[in-house]
Amino acid sequence: MSDKRTCLYERHIKLGAKMVSFGGFEMPIQYTDITDEHVAVRTACGVFDVSHMGEVLVTGRESERFVQHIFTNDVAGAPVGKIFYGMMLHPNGGTIDDLLVYKEGNERFFLVINAANIDKDYAWISEQAKAFDCVTENQSEYYGQLAVQGPKAETVVEKVLGLPCAELVFYTFKKMMVGDETIIISRTGYTGEDGFEIYASHALIQQMWDKLIESGEAKPCGLGCRDTLRFEVGLPLYGDELTDELSPLEAGLGMFVKMDKEEFVGKDALTQLKAEGLTRKIVGIELEGRAIPRHGYEVVADDKVIGNVTTGYNSISTGKSVCMALLDINYAKLDTPVQVRIHKKLQPGKVIKKRFYEKSYKK
Amino acid sequence: MAKVIEGLYYAESHEYVRVEGEYGYIGITDYAQDQLGNVVYVDMPEVDDEVTAGEEFGAVESVKAASDLFSPVSGTVVEVNEALEDEPELINKDAFANWIIKVELSDKSELDKLMDAAAYEAICK
Repeated sequence: MSDKRTCLYERHIKLGAKMVSFGGFEMPIQYTDITDEHVAVRTACGVFDVSHMGEVLVTGRESERFVQHIFTNDVAGAPVGKIFYGMMLHPNGGTIDDLLVYKEGNERFFLVINAANIDKDYAWISEQAKAFDCVTENQSEYYGQLAVQGPKAETVVEKVLGLPCAELVFYTFKKMMVGDETIIISRTGYTGEDGFEIYASHALIQQMWDKLIESGEAKPCGLGCRDTLRFEVGLPLYGDELTDELSPLEAGLGMFVKMDKEEFVGKDALTQLKAEGLTRKIVGIELEGRAIPRHGYEVVADDKVIGNVTTGYNSISTGKSVCMALLDINYAKLDTPVQVRIHKKLQPGKVIKKRFYEKSYKK
Repeated sequence: MAKVIEGLYYAESHEYVRVEGEYGYIGITDYAQDQLGNVVYVDMPEVDDEVTAGEEFGAVESVKAASDLFSPVSGTVVEVNEALEDEPELINKDAFANWIIKVELSDKSELDKLMDAAAYEAICK
C-alpha cells in the first residue's frame, strides 16, 4: 500500500525536504538538518506539518459517558475548552493509542489520535460507541494540522497568522472564525516548549503554512527533530514507549490513568496489575560515553539481558547519550548501574529520570 | 557534487583506503558523509583489533541513524583517529583528510578488488 500525502506535500518537496514513510504517510524528516531544526524550536520558533494526525468527533447525549468509557483520564464535569491527555486501552490493559481529548461542549468531544493508528482506533471507537447514545465521525481526511512550537510561538501565531492566542493557557483551546471557516487552536504540542496546534481545512492550512514560511519567523521542522524534542523531555511515542502489549502504568504514565473513575476499558486489568506489582517499567538511562543507544538495543546487568532501548539519542540539548528503555522492574530504581550493548560493546551507564531536559511550558 | 580523490582505493560500501607503504588509512568518502548528514558519533575499533575485508569494523552515526563501516581490506589496526572522539563532525568537514583507522595491511592483493577514482565516481551518479 502506498503512503498517503498531506496537503503540504508539494511544499515540502519544494523546500527540499528529505521525505520518509511514517505512520502510513510520506512525511518530511528534515528540511536542512535535524540539529538546526531542534535548536530553532528550543530557542525561537519552528513549524511542523502534523496533518497526518487523525481526528474523530464524538457528538450526542451520551458523549461524555462514552469518552469516560474508552479513555483513561477523567473528563467528567470539565469546562468547555479544556484538553486532556490519556490513553485508550484494550481490556487486557495494553495500549491501543495515546490521544488528546478536546471538550468542545457537554455533548461534543474532539479526539486527536496517532496517524499510524487511525484505522485501528476508529474501528475500536465506532464499535464501542454502539452501546452509547452518541455518534462518531472520522474527520481525519478533512483536517490539516500545523504545530507552531517554541518560545516565540505566541508572537508568531499572533503577528504572522493574526490569530489572537495569548489568553489560551496550557492544554486549553478555542474555536474561531477565519473567513467563513471555523478553526481550532490549542496551546499544546509535542516538543516540551510552549506552542500551539491549529486544525483547519487543507486550503487554510496551506495558506497559514505559506505565511509562516514566507515571514521567516518560523523555521520549517521535520519529524526528525519532533522526535528528538519529545524524547528529551520524556514524552512517549506510540510504538516505542506505548504499545498494544504495554500498559500506561508500565510506561510510567500513571498520572494520566484515573483509577478512581467508576469504569473504563482496561481498568480491571490495571487494578490486577497494580495488585500483583509491575514486572517491568520504562526508565531513563544515561551513558558515560558518547556511543548512541538506539531502539531495540539490549540493556544488560548482572551478565543478563534485562530489557531493551525504546528510544535513544545523543541529546542535542545536553550532549549526553541517553535513552528510554523498558527494563525488568528489579533494575528500574534510580542510579542502578546498567549497560547498553552498542555495536557489540557494552557501554556503562545508570538509570536516571526519563526527563533529560526540562520542559518550558507556559502554564 | 561529491569530491573524489585520485590515487585512493574505493569500496562499493563507500569507504576508501589511502595506501602508504605497508599501511592503509581507512575512512568514508565525501559522498558517504554527504548522504549521512551531520556525523555525531564514530564507533571505532581498538588498536590491535583485526579487521577483515568486507566485514564490519565500526559505525558512523548521524542524529537519526547508525551506518555500519565495512573494511575494504584485511589487517591489524595500528592507530585510530582519536580526534574523531571529540569532534566527529571533522568527517563532514573533510572526509578524506579525516581517516578513521590506520591498518597494517595483511594482503595487498585485496586492493586489486577495489575501485579506482573513476570507477567509484561512476557509481555515485
